[in-house]
Amino acid sequence: MDRYATQRLFETLARAATALVVGVMVLVVGVTIARGGWALLSEPSLVFTPPGSQYMLEGDGGFLHAVLGSLLIVGPATVVSMVLAVSTAVYLQSDYSSDRFSDIVNMFLNVLWATPPIVYGVFVLTVVIAIGARTSLFFGIVAIAIFQYPIMTRYTDEALRSAPETVKTSTYGLGATRFETARMTVRAALPGVIAGIIMGFARGIGDAATVLFTAGRSTNMPGGLFEPATTLPILIFDNSMSFNEEVQAHAYAASFVLIVAVLGLIIISKLLAGRFARYAPGVHR
Amino acid sequence: MSSQPTLRTDDLSVTYTGTNDVEALCGVDVEFPENQLTAIIGPSGCGKSTLLKSLNRLHEINSSVEITGDVTLHGESIYHTDDPVPEIRRQIGYVPQTPTALPLSIYNNVAYGAKIHGEFDNSDELDDIVETYLRKVNLWEEVHDRLETPAAELSTGQIQRLCLARSLAVEPDVLLCDEVTSALDPISAERVEETLADLKSEYTFVMVTHSMNQAKRIADEVIFLYLGEVIETGDVHSFFENPQHERTKRFITGGETPTTDETPTTDETADGERPQAAAGGVEQPSVTHD
Repeated sequence: MDRYATQRLFETLARAATALVVGVMVLVVGVTIARGGWALLSEPSLVFTPPGSQYMLEGDGGFLHAVLGSLLIVGPATVVSMVLAVSTAVYLQSDYSSDRFSDIVNMFLNVLWATPPIVYGVFVLTVVIAIGARTSLFFGIVAIAIFQYPIMTRYTDEALRSAPETVKTSTYGLGATRFETARMTVRAALPGVIAGIIMGFARGIGDAATVLFTAGRSTNMPGGLFEPATTLPILIFDNSMSFNEEVQAHAYAASFVLIVAVLGLIIISKLLAGRFARYAPGVHR
Repeated sequence: MSSQPTLRTDDLSVTYTGTNDVEALCGVDVEFPENQLTAIIGPSGCGKSTLLKSLNRLHEINSSVEITGDVTLHGESIYHTDDPVPEIRRQIGYVPQTPTALPLSIYNNVAYGAKIHGEFDNSDELDDIVETYLRKVNLWEEVHDRLETPAAELSTGQIQRLCLARSLAVEPDVLLCDEVTSALDPISAERVEETLADLKSEYTFVMVTHSMNQAKRIADEVIFLYLGEVIETGDVHSFFENPQHERTKRFITGGETPTTDETPTTDETADGERPQAAAGGVEQPSVTHD
């Protein structure tokens, strides 16, 4: 085969692969949005209505409990995880840690990142049983925070590493302390740091396995920190197995809410990143 | 020397540790007189930047450097002292080679040092500091109507002058400048050079430079380093017109050739007059690193 035939073959294959991926994505998102959007638009109050007593059987009421459950678990978990992740990532930079140390920690973080979320779920469940507690909102927060931590730390670490080294030397050269310098480096890397935090939030809000064993599968409104709660992904899982069409439709409506939420988050992260990128050093016109 | 030395080194040696230890500086004894501009010249890799960074303990932000000997500022050791290191760097500032805007507005870039060191009482005073130092580097006229815009939106040359203003605003006793014109286009380089020439009677500057022409134009004193050792020091006229050492003569005439026992890379040999980005000011072709 001559060089140009090889080139044409490669281009055809690359196009086919891209078309396949985009096609599947459009299908998944399209079906969810179409069916979920239909279910939700015909009854928008689903999102704001607490579940009725026969919710799982007949779908009376809405799924406000799962919307609130998701927000109350993933919101606090993201804040806790963000503080831990940014602190760790700062500590892994060259002015605190040796390259060897940060390589080893990063390797562990990569392993944690690749660990299936159900493992975190089971781990936290073991702790819950060991201390004689029961599944609750609180343990859901703990499990999601553990799940988000490696993702956010790796993103933040990469963002800090890609910030120009001269931001650090400039700040030190002005007589700044290590803490003041770290603040400046985080600022310089802010678009990447925000992307990491939003990514952690999006992964957290979409994950079912972590919360399955730790927060419970309640069909009641979240009652308190140590009461069981449920989240949208678990609701989708439970409802989609129902034989009742109304209950099934709620699963699609909830999927729609999740997809729109994640899309919204990504747009917000892009807007924020763009806003801070104006300040990013090294962007010369 | 016409002035008292502000800063001096005493048998200063610096070794980069790691898989292979590399001795970058070896027993350096030099003086930097007050309110003068001292240029450190020498081929690439000869230890110029290493010397500069050891003058304010900037190496300590990385762990793999070993330093022996001492550096004194006004007779006080900066290595054997109880003062926190940031206080030393406040007195001996540093401007890196790459023009670096901190991710802040133009105003806050200049105000940053004053803010972290608490050098002002009210916002009017801070405004004065910002204006004073932007004027000192001839940047005020260009930016006074957009102080709140991100500093990263300035041109590279403007950013380098902003860096100078930012460092001067801390009011250091000594300012270390690491090849501050080498990343600039010739016209911007010339403007930074003019700024340094204007300011050198008020401040003690230590400047690393690749360009012999630049050293000739603005330096008062010159230190010639070669492979981590000081070969020759002296005031700029005697240094260039009447060099004492054979190696200095060869370096400044551009005829530096490697010897058999200490062979620099080919890149280093021609360094004396290599057309670096800003080596010769405007007479060089426009080569920028951005």
